[in-house]
Amino acid sequence: MGEEVKLIGSIQSLFSFRVEWALKLKGVEYEFIKEDVRNKSPLIFKYNPIHKKIPVLVHGGKPLPESLVILEYIDETWKDCPLLPEDPYERAMARFWAKYADEKVWQAYVAEGEEKEKAMGPALESLAFLEKEIKGKKFFGGEKIGFLDLAVGWVPHWLNVLEEVGSMKLLDAEKFPSLHEWAENFIQISPIKECIPPRDELVSYFHAGLIYLRSLSANKP
Amino acid sequence: MADDIILLDFWPSMFGMRVKIALAEKDLKYEYREEDLRNKSPLLLEMNPVHKKIPVLIHHGKPICESQIIVEYIDEVWKDKSPLLPSDPYERAQARFWADYVDKKIFELGRKIWTTKGEDQEAAKKELIGCLKILEGELGEKPFFSGENFGFVDVSLVTFSCWFYAYERFGNFSIEAECPKLIAWTKRCMQKESVSSSLADPFKICGFVVLLRKKFGIE
Repeated sequence: MGEEVKLIGSIQSLFSFRVEWALKLKGVEYEFIKEDVRNKSPLIFKYNPIHKKIPVLVHGGKPLPESLVILEYIDETWKDCPLLPEDPYERAMARFWAKYADEKVWQAYVAEGEEKEKAMGPALESLAFLEKEIKGKKFFGGEKIGFLDLAVGWVPHWLNVLEEVGSMKLLDAEKFPSLHEWAENFIQISPIKECIPPRDELVSYFHAGLIYLRSLSANKP
Repeated sequence: MADDIILLDFWPSMFGMRVKIALAEKDLKYEYREEDLRNKSPLLLEMNPVHKKIPVLIHHGKPICESQIIVEYIDEVWKDKSPLLPSDPYERAQARFWADYVDKKIFELGRKIWTTKGEDQEAAKKELIGCLKILEGELGEKPFFSGENFGFVDVSLVTFSCWFYAYERFGNFSIEAECPKLIAWTKRCMQKESVSSSLADPFKICGFVVLLRKKFGIE
């Protein structure tokens, strides 16, 4: 597969990082085209006219958005270091938990006041389910990092930032000891540890984002 | 039952219908169990503790949840008959992308049409038509979304077609007038036994929506 690989991404986006991790794990050479999500370039509109978001993988000129869709494509195209398990049932489970993590844990961050209390419930519940899934395993993929580790891989680094910015505590080491241990292991492993955004950038990005989001809801009639 | 398959479903659900189509495409026998969503069975709560929703496929006692994930599972296990996803990785990714697009857009917009009035409803109608036109564009001149054969994206979208009558009735508009090629595609899909035997009757769906609106106090 000698065709050119480009990743249009952003250092603030956890969705972008999970794609980078997958490419690095597979040893795929790629060009990273850095976007600022608050100031989108024409490139994003060209390669993702439907959702106008990053990340977008461009392989041999053919674009592909949606990070979980991209992960599966990477896994099917570059066979080294498989991400998804072979067994169809296990594959279905990995897909299920990846989707779940994306949908639930994110909500608690943007909520405020009473809404936050309400959103914390499902967020904590989702961490509890992940805790059950990881118990007894080093990684969600077993001995090696797999699809679900990449999908949930934002938790170790980003969740901590979201907790600080959003004034909430979710990943409590006492409540979720296995998940906490997984988080510690995950960010130590290559290529993850060499490919993590600077924390202060994330803090200022999410802080600005939260102020903006809260101002939107404050201005609603 | 040779393949030991149980489907927990609720008859009006366009998500459950996707699974029925996939099972029919693969010629599989299964036990169908209708759930009362106001009184969920212990089996449903046990098999889908996370979302407590239908559809749930139970294969050899193990549950699989989320309709798109179930359809992919069925396609992978019974891969020798009527493949729903293409074999080329880029085309597979495209199919997953469009199925995800249907999931992100159509249900919520449709729901807004029969639960709101005035400006909100107009906005939802406009947006739904916009999305259906985008899908129509993606279909192009092909008989089905992936080309000559009925596939994954067709399964994801066609189940909404039995809800179109309800959307049109309560939104007071015609989807066919706006998206004739898409409606032609739904009729093409309905010629397949797997689709016609899996979709609910649009009039029954409309009657169901009337009951829901009464229940929610929507005039």
